[in-house]
Amino acid sequence: MTATHTPPETVHLPQAQRPPSEPPGRRRFKLPFSAWHLALAPLALLFALPLLWLALSSVMSNAEINRFPPALWPSGIHLDGYRYVLGNAMFPRWFLNSVIVSVVAVASNLVFGALGGYAFARMRFAGSRAMLALMLATMAIPFQLTMIPTFLVMKQLGLIDTLGALIVPSLVTPFAVFLLRQFFLSLPRELEEAAWIDGCSRLRVLYLIVLPLARPALSTVAVLTFLTTWNDLTWPLIAINHDTNYTLQLGLTTFQGRHHTQWSAVMAGNVITVLPVLIAFLFAQKSFIRSITSTGLKG
Amino acid sequence: MPRLPSPLTLSDRDRPAPELRRKRRRETATAWGFISPAVLVIVGLSVLPVIWSLLLSFQADDLVTPSRWVGLDNYHALVKDPHFSQAVRNTLIYTVLYVPLSMALGLVLAVALNRRIRLVGLYRTLIFVPFVISAAAQGVLFSFILDPEFGAANSLLHKIGISPQGFLTDPAQALSLLVLISLWSGTGFCVVIYLAALQDVPESLIEAARLDGAGRWAIMRHVTLPTLTPISTFLVLWQIIQSLQVFDLVYVTTKGGPLGSTTVIVYFIWEQAFKNFTAGYGAAAAYALALVLIAFGAITRLLQSRQNRRIEGATR
Repeated sequence: MTATHTPPETVHLPQAQRPPSEPPGRRRFKLPFSAWHLALAPLALLFALPLLWLALSSVMSNAEINRFPPALWPSGIHLDGYRYVLGNAMFPRWFLNSVIVSVVAVASNLVFGALGGYAFARMRFAGSRAMLALMLATMAIPFQLTMIPTFLVMKQLGLIDTLGALIVPSLVTPFAVFLLRQFFLSLPRELEEAAWIDGCSRLRVLYLIVLPLARPALSTVAVLTFLTTWNDLTWPLIAINHDTNYTLQLGLTTFQGRHHTQWSAVMAGNVITVLPVLIAFLFAQKSFIRSITSTGLKG
Repeated sequence: MPRLPSPLTLSDRDRPAPELRRKRRRETATAWGFISPAVLVIVGLSVLPVIWSLLLSFQADDLVTPSRWVGLDNYHALVKDPHFSQAVRNTLIYTVLYVPLSMALGLVLAVALNRRIRLVGLYRTLIFVPFVISAAAQGVLFSFILDPEFGAANSLLHKIGISPQGFLTDPAQALSLLVLISLWSGTGFCVVIYLAALQDVPESLIEAARLDGAGRWAIMRHVTLPTLTPISTFLVLWQIIQSLQVFDLVYVTTKGGPLGSTTVIVYFIWEQAFKNFTAGYGAAAAYALALVLIAFGAITRLLQSRQNRRIEGATR
């Protein structure tokens, strides 16, 4: 079974239509309402409620929030919170920092992951097995173990308190290399062999033939890299001191501490922090789910 | 005894060799060119730090002045430190509550969501969405909802006549509330994994059981659940590893308080290294945690490879 070699292709998406276990003709006569809704609807609502509250409170006026007991529904749409946050010189800057760090991480993981993955999948060279084993082993190392020395390494490089400290460790992950290697292994060699015989270089073969075929694996790497770098808090917390270099996540947590009484502004900031991931998820739901299941199942 | 006419064949085989060797050398150079960025980052920022961390754990280090070798003192101090044992206890309580609850809820929801009913896509999305929201954003959101004065939670309780609660400021409630928040965001992961696994339950087995007169519950108990066992073992270990590493949510909501009731191990490590500037001591705590995690990781990998082999064998 190919499942063990090609996670992205063989993981069955929860959204995918299952083959009907009953004759298709009978489906039409099914009741439009199932008893499952009685259990599922309230539960799903419970999961949605905090997010709904996030959206609602971000458009409340401070008077509505600070009243006791606080209002549960806004009287109208007040954009004071958003105005405060966007007028605050720091917030747009944090957003930009987050974008820079995430975009660089996604791009470099795709490039270096594809290069490394291709070499490990298709090329025979001295040290290949040892290097691959070493990379696999590093996937088991918890971040807490490396965070203190990584701080010291970054300090030696003079990168502490710069965006560089956030970018360098996320340039390429063993996960990206390994996932792409697995995918390349599943592609038939014959496609590339014709090109080699015609004298194409490795890089051209990779770029012209392999990468276009590897779209699903590349999107998995992109999605997961974006999710983890955008959402990271621990490392920015350690590596960044000065608030001009904060990421959104770090900025948001300090903003909450300082503007405790301006909850509508804090919630507006939170909406801005959450929105990019939410939009990415709604647009690329399939890739997201696939990347979650494939990483989950592959460790 | 006749000898093989070796010189002739040897020279014949030898002729293309230099070219081949050159080709191979070029291939090796290209390959190393391809992998070198990954090797540089990964070795430089994970293999090197692992060794460095071990050395640090035998030293007294404040991240600024030169460190001093203290041998096993850090580890001895760790065993005696009541704050560390409290952090271990809190982490264990969190894990023991979170792992089974998230999996049970995940399984039930996955079974319910595996049917072809209306709106199922919407339900799945709603339940999964919290998973993609950062722990920082979750923490900020729930500190607001659970704020004793301005929060919606107390407002709701007030409406149904329950006296206001301290929530995250109450040492008796804080840790369980963190578990609840994690359930809100983490259950979706279990649902997705179980859903994927449920679709792999062979249709033919279910059909056969149905023909044998098995009801829905019997199929669940005797066909579906046994096929899910490997996934469940994987999820147990995975969720344990995640729980032992929880940090962001604690940092944003409670900062380990009130009265240390939510100080978890990673929070303890962070506090030692970057707040108290006792990096060596923090590294020792990190090593203690890492050994446990690596053991769990090794078990996961072992189970997975065995499981993969079984799948391959079954389909051959």
